[in-house]
Amino acid sequence: MTKTQSNKAWWLVVPVLILVAFNAFIPLLTVINYAFQETFGNNVFFWEGTTWFEQVLNSSRFHQSMMRQLAFTGMILLIEVPLGIGVALTMPRKGPWVSVCLVLMALPLLIPWNVVGAMWNIFALPNIGLLGHTLNSMGIDYNFTQQPVAAWITTVIMDVWHWTSLIVLLCYAGLSSIPDDYYQAAHIDGASRWAIFRYIQLPKMKRVLTIGILLRFMDSFMIYTEPFVLTGGGPGNTTTFLSIDLVKMALGQFDLGPAAAMSLIYLLVVLLICWVFYTIMMRNEEQ
Amino acid sequence: MARIRFKNVRHAYPPPKGQEPVYALKEINQIWEDGGAYALLGPSGCGKTTLLNIISGLLTPSEGDILFDGKEVTDQPISARQIAQVFQFPVVYDTMTVYDNLAFPLRNRRMAEHLVKERVHQIAEMLDLTASLKQRAAGLTADGKQKISLGRGLVRSDVNAILFDEPLTVIDPHLKWQLRSKLKELHQQVGMTMIYVTHDQVEALTFADKVVVMYDGTVVQVGTPVELFNHPQHTFVGYFIGSPGMNILPCTIDGGRPVFCDHPLPISQPVKGDLDGKLEVGIRPEFVDFAEDGIPVIIDKVEDLGRYQVLTLRHESQVIKMVLREDQTIPSENPRIRFDPEQTRVYCDDWAVEEAAHD
Repeated sequence: MTKTQSNKAWWLVVPVLILVAFNAFIPLLTVINYAFQETFGNNVFFWEGTTWFEQVLNSSRFHQSMMRQLAFTGMILLIEVPLGIGVALTMPRKGPWVSVCLVLMALPLLIPWNVVGAMWNIFALPNIGLLGHTLNSMGIDYNFTQQPVAAWITTVIMDVWHWTSLIVLLCYAGLSSIPDDYYQAAHIDGASRWAIFRYIQLPKMKRVLTIGILLRFMDSFMIYTEPFVLTGGGPGNTTTFLSIDLVKMALGQFDLGPAAAMSLIYLLVVLLICWVFYTIMMRNEEQ
Repeated sequence: MARIRFKNVRHAYPPPKGQEPVYALKEINQIWEDGGAYALLGPSGCGKTTLLNIISGLLTPSEGDILFDGKEVTDQPISARQIAQVFQFPVVYDTMTVYDNLAFPLRNRRMAEHLVKERVHQIAEMLDLTASLKQRAAGLTADGKQKISLGRGLVRSDVNAILFDEPLTVIDPHLKWQLRSKLKELHQQVGMTMIYVTHDQVEALTFADKVVVMYDGTVVQVGTPVELFNHPQHTFVGYFIGSPGMNILPCTIDGGRPVFCDHPLPISQPVKGDLDGKLEVGIRPEFVDFAEDGIPVIIDKVEDLGRYQVLTLRHESQVIKMVLREDQTIPSENPRIRFDPEQTRVYCDDWAVEEAAHD
């Protein structure tokens, strides 16, 4: 039997190429297009060079939302990672409770973002919400629609409620992969509870934890729906994170040029932080 | 250093719901003398590992007591027992260097750093790990990792006993030999009690002064390799020790002497009393000989193993193995065999029947 040589199989890739082109490549090019030009509609463009970039980078509005974003992401990582590890450590390894715990943990992850926002909004409303009403009737003055601190606390707790499970499940998977021999050997070696965590559990969780932190960093850095539904960025601008600010600029004010420039800066910041974090973690691994 | 004693120890793992517990260990009474080199030999699943874990305290037995030098330790935690244990699969602390791995058990016990250093170097020297002391343990081969595991077991000098749970399974054959000799050497130097679990009889017989044979949750015999070979107390020992294992053939008893398929077998001492149960006669393949007036057999198979040949013989439906030394020849026709009367044993319900007069 002779085999004919043919490269026709490449055509099978076409659907994927079209898909990627339409949902990633073309939109990105459009954004780049807007970032360097000015338009007044009718498809007429004027070259602006780096004007928009300079404008965004020099604006105190961008600086403030960036600071808020960094503060928010930092806070939720500082809470979710240790909490997630802690919960994963206390979850049972064997028995009927394993599946119960896993299902309970997975539940928040299954709820759509806007539903989470709406839930917490209603839950925290000072006059009718269970949380808001309870706090106020206990004598604590709490109104997340008017107090910046209350708004921040509510937003952070909402994110912790929604996403700690992800860290828990990833860590639990890492912990389950540790053979019993390791724990037995550690007991024989006289290791303390802390030493077991430090030298057995943490190293075995490191890979999944790296992925978990990266995912939580990216997701929280780009968070939009939940705070938008919960606080709408307010009171004032106090919970206006980067993506909320971006949407305000692009759709609220229709400043397409600066918004496009801001999107690109935003994207580069996310990529840079992820790359630096991942490189550091993996370099440690190789040593 | 201590003499370890098991008093009526039984252990069952928690059974699945609604089922009767199955005893992994059925009543063990056993004394491990201080400074002995013991091998714990038996097939997989016979309770060897359970027994080790009970000694070290990883498991608390369902029933019975464990005594160290007469002192009850059954409910004492691992830390109070001073036992070192090496597991079947290598356990290393990945993020530490080889040095820190070896130092870990000592540092956990708050030993002064200069003493730790001295001891770690000593053990590393012994296991040929000195060159890699500064390396990260994660980068080592399986051999190297298991050496670290062994090292962490050996590094403590204050232990009551060191337990090895099939530690050489993952190691290359030539290295296996080396490490086993090292362990033996070490035993002679420091005289610590060592208990070595294995299912490999060669490993057991070369390592130990005393071999403890376990079968189905019980200790069936404790003895020197020679005793196990010459006087198996249980058909399992006969079958498990030796290659090929002992021939176990059904028999009847007539006047204190076994009869195999209507052939009376001569025996050095008649067996005592009335026997009730499954009667069998055991003869090692090494003690089967060709004889002109013996039991007629058919030769089924001849395997040449170099220094000797193993013959598979058949009498009626019974298969008999025979080891043929170089000086023996296979008769050309009508082969007949006899069993050495000195080495013929009688078993009742798998246990050796007491001979009327045995030293």
